[in-house]
Amino acid sequence: MKLTIATLLAALFLGANPAVAQEAGSIDQAVNEVFATATGPFVSLIFAPIPGTSFPWIVTWLVIAASLFTLYFGFIQIRAFRHSIELVRGAYSDPNDAGEVSHFQALATALSGTVGLGNIAGVAVAVGIGGPGATFWMILAGLLGMATKFTECTLGVKYRNEYADGTVSGGPMYYISKGFAERRVPGGKFLAVLFSLLCILGALGGGNMFQANQAHAQISGVFGAYPGWVTGLVFAAILYAVIVGGIKSIARVTEKVVPFMGVVYVIAALVILAVNFDQIGWAFGQIFAGAFTGLGVAGGMVGALIQGFKRAAFSNEAGVGSAAIAHAAVRTKEPITEGLVSLLEPFIDTVVICTMTALVITISGQLLIDPETGKYLIDGGTIQTIGNTSGVGLTSAAFASAFSWFPYILAIAVVLFAFSTMISWSYYGLKAWTYLFGEGQTKELTFKLLFCVFAVVGAAASLGPVIDFSDAAIFAMAVVNISALYVLMPIVKRELKSYLSRLKSGEIKKVAR
Amino acid sequence: MSAKIVIGLDGGGSGNRAVSHARKLATLIGDCELILVYVIEWSPYSFQTPEENAERHNRREDEIGAALARVVTPAVEALQKDGIAARGLVKHGHVAKLLNRIAAEEAADQIVIARSSEDGIAERVFGSSTANLVMNASVPVTVVG
Repeated sequence: MKLTIATLLAALFLGANPAVAQEAGSIDQAVNEVFATATGPFVSLIFAPIPGTSFPWIVTWLVIAASLFTLYFGFIQIRAFRHSIELVRGAYSDPNDAGEVSHFQALATALSGTVGLGNIAGVAVAVGIGGPGATFWMILAGLLGMATKFTECTLGVKYRNEYADGTVSGGPMYYISKGFAERRVPGGKFLAVLFSLLCILGALGGGNMFQANQAHAQISGVFGAYPGWVTGLVFAAILYAVIVGGIKSIARVTEKVVPFMGVVYVIAALVILAVNFDQIGWAFGQIFAGAFTGLGVAGGMVGALIQGFKRAAFSNEAGVGSAAIAHAAVRTKEPITEGLVSLLEPFIDTVVICTMTALVITISGQLLIDPETGKYLIDGGTIQTIGNTSGVGLTSAAFASAFSWFPYILAIAVVLFAFSTMISWSYYGLKAWTYLFGEGQTKELTFKLLFCVFAVVGAAASLGPVIDFSDAAIFAMAVVNISALYVLMPIVKRELKSYLSRLKSGEIKKVAR
Repeated sequence: MSAKIVIGLDGGGSGNRAVSHARKLATLIGDCELILVYVIEWSPYSFQTPEENAERHNRREDEIGAALARVVTPAVEALQKDGIAARGLVKHGHVAKLLNRIAAEEAADQIVIARSSEDGIAERVFGSSTANLVMNASVPVTVVG
């Protein structure tokens, strides 16, 4: 791994000099090949189809887990939905805890880590390949994923570490090691270490390189092409100022602007839907018809289903374990309350924001339909679009069909979303790092510097295999995390039962405000 | 039954004016306890980074410690030295809501605050804490100029 980083860096600095840029291009290629060969088996293993089908087993793994948790906790996402909103509003928060991390703050922080490119680019990819029908499966996966999130975030708070100096650390590595010991199941320490390793890889990859890379693609798409390392260096410098320099103001500005951009995005989508309200019925018709027939997309219904499930999982990270780290800082005496709050996360991320994107793309008419058959025109596995756009470009074009200036707003949103996701993942990665190597200034600094370097590498290189690898690492986190959730779910059930009975008996009351 | 007066401190000149007015009242009433409240503006609906969240408990303790050491304790001690019963509180939240809530909890007879120094656009948009309190308080409020 170290050798690869050095080679990547060499490629980067060579790339900065135009005279050797061409040579750097071939170094880039060489790096790609070496990296692809080294990580290929791991990537293929994670994304391997179930024998005899084209269905990736990892997607099945996430969906089965989400369905099981939904049944095991008796449709908690529906039963407790109203109570969750009341918790976020602070209706049950102890006034003496004012000034501590509130439920709202924990949720907002976790959301700014997940709302991002998945909602804008990922959905476009899903709809572009799987057709509007993918939206149906995406919504379903989002609804089921709420139960997974509930399980992991409850455990994240219950088994967090509270240190003498008042800081807290939580997440799968803590609940796996402590929870397994409590249930007398062997292997907890091993799984915790494995999770931490994968979490570091996921943080550097999907939480960093992928974000920097996509942000650069979007900026250069709007303002014209220029070398990626420029974006990378700017990102790295700002990241350095925030995570190493401790310049909180930048982070604070981002954390305030991101929710604002999210709201702007949803409002823009709602305006487009309102203007085209006569087509909403038709769009839902396409979504339902496409969900079960595929309307001509590659792989038909199964194709739509895979895309929908996969992108939902990418977008809301339910089962990955990252959210459990973010939610662990909340101030509450009842871990279950944070679990209940966290189940709103896939709802907002996937059921609301992703659906908006999908509806706008469908209504905008960017996807070309054969007027004779009513089916989508397919070209090389993807649906043909006006101007051959895909990913962020497709979303951008769909919004631009209503507001011509929207691509500029979207470019800013993508950059900010990417940056806030990077800040969040730098923290998740750091927590995994300190779990493995212990807390300490030098150790933490090492990771933070590594993180900044990877931002440059991610933006500079168009390293497909590296990005495949980062996605694979994030999903591998879900393999470890969900295995642990199966072992620990009785603990969550016990907590839930006790909490609900105390809520019913009136022992837990709303706070007078 | 002794009287109770809640006083809003702000760590500046206007808070001191409120205290000196309350001191005059307490001297006139005789059996009267002064409750000095310093509010750190804080909203549970703000946005923070994961790192800030992890350190929040610490920060809160630091903020309370600093407010006690710099503002509240010196003011309380000065009053006690002159034989006036006084104690101090530091809370996070919304100034007007908190002063009103504490007054209700303590069954205080009145609230004394000074006219705040904020002006201009912020006050036009959000309204001043003083105006908010005067409009919403459940006990009499004295506003010191």
